[in-house]
Amino acid sequence: MIIGEGKPIKDILFMIQNYSKVIVAGCRGCVTVCSAGGEKEVEVLSSALAMARENEDKPLEIKEVTLERQCDPEYLEQMRSYIDEYEAVVSIACGAGIQFMAEKYPKIPICPGINTNFIGVTEEQGVWSERCQACGNCKLHMTGGICPIARCSKSILNGPCGGSADGKCEIDPEVPCAWQLIIDNLKEQGRLDQLEVIIPLNDWTTSRDGGPRKIIREDLKL
Amino acid sequence: MTSDSRLEKVLAQGEFAVTSECGPPRGVDPDSIRDKGELLKDSVDVVNITDNQTSVVRMSSLSACVILKQLGIDPVLQMVTRDRNRIAIQSDILGAAALGFNNILCLSGDHQKFGDHGAAKNVYDLDSIHLIQTVKHMRDEGKFLGGDELKGVPRLFIGAAANPFADPFEFRVTRLAKKVAAGAQFIQTQCIFNIERFKTWMEQVRERGLHEKVHILGGVTPMKSIGMAKYMKNMVPGMDVPDELIERIKGVDKEKRAQEGIKIAIETIQQLKEIEGIHGVHIMAIEWEEMVPKIAEAAGLLPRPQVN
Repeated sequence: MIIGEGKPIKDILFMIQNYSKVIVAGCRGCVTVCSAGGEKEVEVLSSALAMARENEDKPLEIKEVTLERQCDPEYLEQMRSYIDEYEAVVSIACGAGIQFMAEKYPKIPICPGINTNFIGVTEEQGVWSERCQACGNCKLHMTGGICPIARCSKSILNGPCGGSADGKCEIDPEVPCAWQLIIDNLKEQGRLDQLEVIIPLNDWTTSRDGGPRKIIREDLKL
Repeated sequence: MTSDSRLEKVLAQGEFAVTSECGPPRGVDPDSIRDKGELLKDSVDVVNITDNQTSVVRMSSLSACVILKQLGIDPVLQMVTRDRNRIAIQSDILGAAALGFNNILCLSGDHQKFGDHGAAKNVYDLDSIHLIQTVKHMRDEGKFLGGDELKGVPRLFIGAAANPFADPFEFRVTRLAKKVAAGAQFIQTQCIFNIERFKTWMEQVRERGLHEKVHILGGVTPMKSIGMAKYMKNMVPGMDVPDELIERIKGVDKEKRAQEGIKIAIETIQQLKEIEGIHGVHIMAIEWEEMVPKIAEAAGLLPRPQVN
């Protein structure tokens, strides 16, 4: 899923300093699961903003809403009936949701209430880590199910580099060396011969480098 | 001969090669390169110029190589894939060949986190193995990666690095084999302080017959002080500095410690000369270039052979 993290409250207060009526909009998708932008976070953020503005003697009227998904037009449409009554929206969906909101409601300023960090997993309660960079050209069958593009600090396709020590990455002793993990996995599966193969230089056209991406599925279009 | 490299010729003559390196300045003064070059000139076969090592911004390797070349030194252009995509890399390779450079060392480079521009975006379009393949492809196939024909090919002697001390140890030789398969002709290793571990690595190298396919030059760095030894041990990624070595330097009077470091370096070179498959040494005297001629002399590496 997409992992996000709340922005500091002072940053959000700065973004909305000139408004007195805002919507705080959450999303029941990924950001609910990673506790960054769901219904509960909408509630907590709204009361924090209201309290801070109360203290500044600049009261803030807030409408709290949590959509099923902000990356889907049908749910965004649910705000059409009341959005004009407000001066701005603080969206705590992921970057895609925030942008789709801005696209569907171009007249109202949209303020990001969270930072969108990565595509990752829940390692344990309260711990998330990155797994995928959405390069559009999956090679996980070659690398023991561990992505070197997302998880090696240098995205090296033929690692590990000389900076791997005790299974950790040179950038931080807390960061596992992706190539150590790859080797461990292939060893376990008796497939170490896989590592003798040079993975050729990557074609990045399917990645962000090829420009903004779009998928059209004719079979699914209405 | 794949190039006009002095190093390639020395190695082809079966001589024990000596290489060294210098880091370009953090400013525009060409004299700092000239001074280092003059110190090294008659004691080594070729001189590497590092490419923004440890991700600290310095004068470009390409420019500093020009300055060395003007002194009559055959420079080794170090190139990291951290800062350049395949377009810039191929462009710089063409430029290097046009400037008369004969050697290139292909590296991935330290992560930008280590340097003074941690906020930079890294590139890593290619890794070091891809860079080796790229140079070889341009030289031997006469083509760009994109497939178009080159108008004149870069005749470069292709080098790569190997770190026998990084983890996982059992995989380091496999990675070397991949670099050789990609087209590496010479290897300069990470600084060797743990000679026993290095010997074990070389056994594995010989088991795979790699010592017959690539020229391996052992990396040697003289320790100036206890502080430097500790820094290398704890702060430099992939460095293996045994405690006994630190204890040995500690065991002599403070004013004699640098001398002890030199002594250790000379002993290391003598041990390396005895290892089957070691074809030379790469002396990295970090900001201590004046010691290189002394080390080379004491290790019996002078005078350097003539080449045609």
